[in-house]
Amino acid sequence: MALSANELKPGHTHTARIVEDLKRTQIVQYAGASGDYNPLHTDEIFTTKVAGYPSVFAHGMLTMGMTGRMLTDWVGDTRLTKYGVRFTSQVFPGDTLDATATVKNIVERDGQKLVELDVKTVNQDGVEVLSGYAEARVD
Amino acid sequence: MATKTFPIEAGHIMMFARSIGDPNPVYYDAEAAKKTEAGGVIAPPTFVQASAQFDPDYGLRPKIGQPWFGSGKNPTGVQRTGGGGGGGGGGLHAEQHYEYHRPLRAGDVLTATTTPGKTWEKQGRRGGTLLFSESVTEYRNQNGELVVTARSVGVRPSKPVEQQPKKEENA
Repeated sequence: MALSANELKPGHTHTARIVEDLKRTQIVQYAGASGDYNPLHTDEIFTTKVAGYPSVFAHGMLTMGMTGRMLTDWVGDTRLTKYGVRFTSQVFPGDTLDATATVKNIVERDGQKLVELDVKTVNQDGVEVLSGYAEARVD
Repeated sequence: MATKTFPIEAGHIMMFARSIGDPNPVYYDAEAAKKTEAGGVIAPPTFVQASAQFDPDYGLRPKIGQPWFGSGKNPTGVQRTGGGGGGGGGGLHAEQHYEYHRPLRAGDVLTATTTPGKTWEKQGRRGGTLLFSESVTEYRNQNGELVVTARSVGVRPSKPVEQQPKKEENA
């Protein structure tokens, strides 16, 4: 199920809720799967008493991974050619995140049609936590 | 330049997909995946980050018989001497960029070659002086074909990142 270039116009958006009330356990799950065991993400005592943050917070890559689901659910499996982000605010346990892709352009390269997307993820207060771009092959 | 081997295992992909909350069967169900455009189990777009599991020198994993800086009896297991591998929570991930050249499949064996990129300094909005550093990793499969190119930017703030007012209640 891939997107069709004919049906995409600049300005089209696709939004998905990628997590509701983020749990500490999911952050632990991501630490275990990714191998990034930085205590800033899972160890409340270290993070508050030694590192000086108000709470543990999510790996930026967890937010990028969850945002990636919004993209692959929309553009289809194996279709992404580029995906890049900046982590613009921290994501904390309890946060609810919505990810949005906005069509920037439809281009053609080496006979392949591609959609260029702006990507943005915001939390429940409307604060942007991730900002980036993606590019995907379309039919 | 550092080179590491990264076997792409189906069980690892399944656990990774679960951790990012992605129920797509193409990440765990071989039979269902065969019927998709992917033609078999593939890895999610950010999966190569899990190559850390196979890096013997990765600094953010407790190592058998070595001190670990997370809490135990005390809030930290080691006193910080500064610098090095994000230890003590000093380093944060600022940016991550991927270029995908071909699907990453369960059963592939990747070789990762990392080269350091540029470094630069910036005055932060909320965190004092920020020191950025970049690295580029090329992941090639068992046939020598380029699968993913990753560019990572890390940042080391001179003090913990200050919270925006609304977030303080969220701790």
